[in-house]
Amino acid sequence: MKILVCVTSVPDTTTKIAFTDNNTRLNKAGVTFITGPYDDYALARAVELKEKLGASVTVLNVGEADAEPVIRKCLAIGADDAIRVNAEPTDAYFVAEQIAAIAKDAQYDLILMGRESIDYNGGQVHGIVGEMLGIPSISPVMLLDIAGDTAQITREIEGGKEELEAKLPLVLGCQEPIAEWKIPNMRGIMTARTKPLKIVEPTGTDKLTAVGSYELPAPRGSVKMIKAEEAETLIQLLRTEAKVI
Amino acid sequence: MSVLIFAELDEGKLKKSSQEAIFYGAKVAAMLGTSATAIVIGQADDSELASAGRFGATKVLHAADGKLNEPNGMAYATVVSAAAQQESSKVVVLAKSSLADAMTARLAGKLKAGLAANVIELPDLSAGFRVKSSIYTGKAFAYNDLKADVKILAIKKNTITPEESEATASVETFSPTLNENDFVITVKKTEKATGDVLLPEADLVVSAGRGLKGPENWAIVEDLAKALGAATACSKPVSDLDWRPHHEHVGQTGIKVSPNLYIAAGISGAIQHLAGVNSSKVIVVINKDPEAPFFKSADYGIVGDVFDVLPRLTKAVQGL
Repeated sequence: MKILVCVTSVPDTTTKIAFTDNNTRLNKAGVTFITGPYDDYALARAVELKEKLGASVTVLNVGEADAEPVIRKCLAIGADDAIRVNAEPTDAYFVAEQIAAIAKDAQYDLILMGRESIDYNGGQVHGIVGEMLGIPSISPVMLLDIAGDTAQITREIEGGKEELEAKLPLVLGCQEPIAEWKIPNMRGIMTARTKPLKIVEPTGTDKLTAVGSYELPAPRGSVKMIKAEEAETLIQLLRTEAKVI
Repeated sequence: MSVLIFAELDEGKLKKSSQEAIFYGAKVAAMLGTSATAIVIGQADDSELASAGRFGATKVLHAADGKLNEPNGMAYATVVSAAAQQESSKVVVLAKSSLADAMTARLAGKLKAGLAANVIELPDLSAGFRVKSSIYTGKAFAYNDLKADVKILAIKKNTITPEESEATASVETFSPTLNENDFVITVKKTEKATGDVLLPEADLVVSAGRGLKGPENWAIVEDLAKALGAATACSKPVSDLDWRPHHEHVGQTGIKVSPNLYIAAGISGAIQHLAGVNSSKVIVVINKDPEAPFFKSADYGIVGDVFDVLPRLTKAVQGL
């Protein structure tokens, strides 16, 4: 079985977001970049499937050179090789086009990625890749098991979940609790250094969207504190002042 | 050239978020000097379909093929794509939901569309087509220039407040060719909480964290939610501990909500939790620890014991 895991390199979840160059670029100073948390779940499940069923796991990142520490970490966790498409991942259609181009040649049985990247939160790339390859896409996937050419999947829906069965190949957007995040061990870190990382240039050049500028939310007004023994006042304030109930 | 809006049904009725999408789409149509058409898929009666007119749609395309009775993101995307082609629509609007998320991407692939997800305002057409969206899980906004011929806007809840008129929409049956490849996933079982207010749709949310000490204490959270007509939610640790189901978990790696009111009881307010709730209009924090970081992001705060405060709030809502 051949598994492709697509990963993003994104600011750590605790990052205080700030912009630079007249609000046209993220200020990367002091920001720690991590594997997208949802992508990390996808990778962990891919490595588990590899151990259980035997599979090759390729990691794919559409990103610039500064994403390489994240790619090396994925190799240390258990992926066999990696590909980086050398481009700024700023448009869902463009990113999907890169993934589809590589997947078309290599014929993966499973293409896994996070349900969304935690920077743009679009949650669209898996579906566009599925459409481009003419295969089903499912997201957000909470549980995944494979037997032969068939996947058993639990997908979260509003207010619940559904159990699905589908034949491979599939594109899946993953989330917890599909697997526990894996931490690389020393042996993994050592071997990751020599695992192949292929850098390819992007195909297609037109991006269908571009971010003109960024903005930070206006700070919330100061908090109005209510004494615990006068808790009932809160309901009155929500009715008459905030007018939300 | 009309603006096309996918209007989602829930048990034969237009979802509230879809009414918002229709109103939003009609506003965009007016800006572009065209009309708004809603596409509805599944079983609904004519009066319900015509009610799309109250929110600004002049026409409703109704796809009622029996194969479409169960929500299916891929098949629905095929139908909406066919509708967009029939109407020569250059703008397609959807309200974000579990189903719409699955459709949006497939649709963008089919139409080679410029796509903006988590849209929170009407577009600015003064120089091209620019829309504001929420990014970094609500920690920032982006102004996106959509440069493709066809544009898809997936709007977040509370992007616009719909106004209703007395108008009705004309209803046309729409029967595009379906694609067998869209029906290859078998749904074996569906588990859905019934009778509750769905969290992503809810205007009011009562959420609780580890401060509740155990799942057996959730009655006080549910009582307040019931009195308010609110949905219940929880923090990540609570879902990780299996005190509450995962579909109630709000935060960076859970559901992102933007209700009118978010009440957080016994949640300290880690940055990952705030990310999932910070686009709520009003935030109330109840915590016994006056140093809980959540107070800094709240509009109203009560330092107190949740086991004392929550039941008193419930009584106050009930007018007792």
